[in-house]
Amino acid sequence: MKKLIIALAASAALLGGFVTGAEAQEKTKVCFIYVGSRTDGGWTQAHEIGRQELQKALDAKIETPFLENVPEGPDAERAIERMARSGCALVFTTSFGFMDATIKVAQKFPDVKFEHATGFKAAPNVATYNSRFYEGRYIQGQIAAKMSKKGVAGYIASFPIPEVVMGINAFELGAKSVNPDFKLKVVWANTWFDPGKEADAAKALIDQGVDILTQHTDTTAPMQVAAERGILAFGQASDMIAAGPKTQLTAIVDTWGAYYIKRTQALLDGTWKSEQIWDGLKDGILTMAPYTNMPDDVKAMAEETEAKIKSGELHPFTGPINRQDGTPWLAAGEKPQDGVLLGMNFYVEGVDDKLPQ
Amino acid sequence: MRIELEKRARVSTLFSLLSPLLALVLTLVFGAIMFWLLGKSPLNALYVYFVEPLLEIWSLHELAIKAAPLILIAVGLSVCYRSNNWNIGAEGQFTIGAITGSILPVLYPEWHSPMILPLMLVMGMAGGALYAGIPALLKTRFNTNEILTSLMLVYIAGLFLDWLVRGPWRDPQGYNFPQTKSFQIEAVLPEILSSGRAHWAFVFAIAAAVALWFMMRFMLKGFEVSVLGQSERAGRFAGFSARRMVWFSMLLSGALAGLAGISEVSGSIGHVQPVISPGYGFTAIIVAFLGRLNPLGIIASGLVLALTYLGGEAAQLSIGISDKVSRVFQGLLLFFVLSCDTLIHYRIRLVFARTKPAEVTG
Repeated sequence: MKKLIIALAASAALLGGFVTGAEAQEKTKVCFIYVGSRTDGGWTQAHEIGRQELQKALDAKIETPFLENVPEGPDAERAIERMARSGCALVFTTSFGFMDATIKVAQKFPDVKFEHATGFKAAPNVATYNSRFYEGRYIQGQIAAKMSKKGVAGYIASFPIPEVVMGINAFELGAKSVNPDFKLKVVWANTWFDPGKEADAAKALIDQGVDILTQHTDTTAPMQVAAERGILAFGQASDMIAAGPKTQLTAIVDTWGAYYIKRTQALLDGTWKSEQIWDGLKDGILTMAPYTNMPDDVKAMAEETEAKIKSGELHPFTGPINRQDGTPWLAAGEKPQDGVLLGMNFYVEGVDDKLPQ
Repeated sequence: MRIELEKRARVSTLFSLLSPLLALVLTLVFGAIMFWLLGKSPLNALYVYFVEPLLEIWSLHELAIKAAPLILIAVGLSVCYRSNNWNIGAEGQFTIGAITGSILPVLYPEWHSPMILPLMLVMGMAGGALYAGIPALLKTRFNTNEILTSLMLVYIAGLFLDWLVRGPWRDPQGYNFPQTKSFQIEAVLPEILSSGRAHWAFVFAIAAAVALWFMMRFMLKGFEVSVLGQSERAGRFAGFSARRMVWFSMLLSGALAGLAGISEVSGSIGHVQPVISPGYGFTAIIVAFLGRLNPLGIIASGLVLALTYLGGEAAQLSIGISDKVSRVFQGLLLFFVLSCDTLIHYRIRLVFARTKPAEVTG
């Protein structure tokens, strides 16, 4: 007992030795809230890299605290409110599921600015930003059609929301531009972030005979499965080449950094206003990871398509395009309005799956 | 030198009182060392963790929101565990309670009546109780181990919820996202005060804790729970039925978990979605034991555990430490509480003599 008391007293003294006041800094706070772990190798990591670039670029003027692994739901609302209360001037909420929570908190704190990724609800102090991921998926589809021996690719999808359906369609359209009979199988993992489920989905698709995998989920698990099974795959959100050096063909890499710097600069200059941004390859908000593990002619084709999309010469959704059941959707040469794409809830011809309704 | 644990002749009252405090101090000391190793000022970190969340009104509300389901579930479990019935499927009962309670607002979104909320709460409790009734039935009928059955039912409940919100209950205007329509205003559990988000679930939790404390302390039923829990045979001599106790404790804990489920969905979330709980049903087991299976102690332990969640978030934001730290903290706390409890039944003796351990005879 005596020794215990001595030990406690010693610890208390030790503790006292470390007391230092936390200095309040007069820097503008730009805050980030993540749905996953910032080292997930995918979606959240891409935002984290953007945050780090932002911090580096404007280091003297800002600090960029963040919260990670915040579940969508009541915890998100509390977390966002905490950010608003802790003096954040601008809050980036980086998951679709934070939409309602962002709007709710934004109403309570009209002086704080919010930017919600991939959502469709805006307010005077809530901007939205998104990336035309489908442009990258079209390129992936073309590569898949060239590289696949069986003419069937597998797609690990998250939720049947327009964003994801659009990606599936763009992939299939790209593939069909090379091989009109190309088929696409889809598995709904119903999660953004769950390495176990994503890996299971990958295995199920491979067992069904696909020899190319692509994913719209956040972790590198499908890439690892593809590497183990010796098939090819595309990375998502971050360059996943480390998870599959001999497997990854390319990856859609989200490069949010420039956008974060631009918007934060606008905030500092006092010119920030609520906008609905939907940028693409040409704006640099997404880039293609190096084209690897493919012959030179395929690589040349991919690079050419990328250049055409950037220049505006090619829009992945250009008619004639039929819906899955064969009825016409777009006439020859016709291109859809952005609003139509953002509400897309049907498959195009060639997708071998029934869209959950 | 070696350390020996020697069984005390009687339970030490001193350590019964000191043990939780000692555990808290040890947790703080080791927490401080952890922060120091992470290169953060330990006192500042502990302040952000444990004091700051208590200084603001809104954050107290958030504390109540987080603590309410933990306390509600844990007090029910405490009766179960005291009676030697090991219901570890509260997470599933929570889920089913949330589902059955949500039937009315999901299927009748146009029904604007003050009756809807009480009905939802009752249906939530009934759902949770019925779901806990399955392991109770299996145990009383077939002598099945309720630890296994109640745990396995958790996964069934989770998958059922998943299927519902992705299928029949999905909001047709919800952009295909797996969630139901938002509940009509009459179906939302109201806030207690206008100063924050905390809703009536916290009042339910306190009321349930006090009521069960009263039952365990002053009512024959409480005595029956303790006697049957300690010795079924002795209970039989007193005329108590172990089978009926299985039913009583399982239904009670299931009903409270169900109430927690529907309160969480109605008060905090406002619609049904695939994930409605960050593991409240399992964390509540920790809360129950931290509170030493005493309903009033559980109020305290529920608040402390909720505080570690909020503090973890605050610490992430203001001093930039990982969210994993709050989990480590919870682990430290539980570890020290359980190990300090050893001192209630045992005393530590340091043996300096180089004698061999006495031969065991007989």
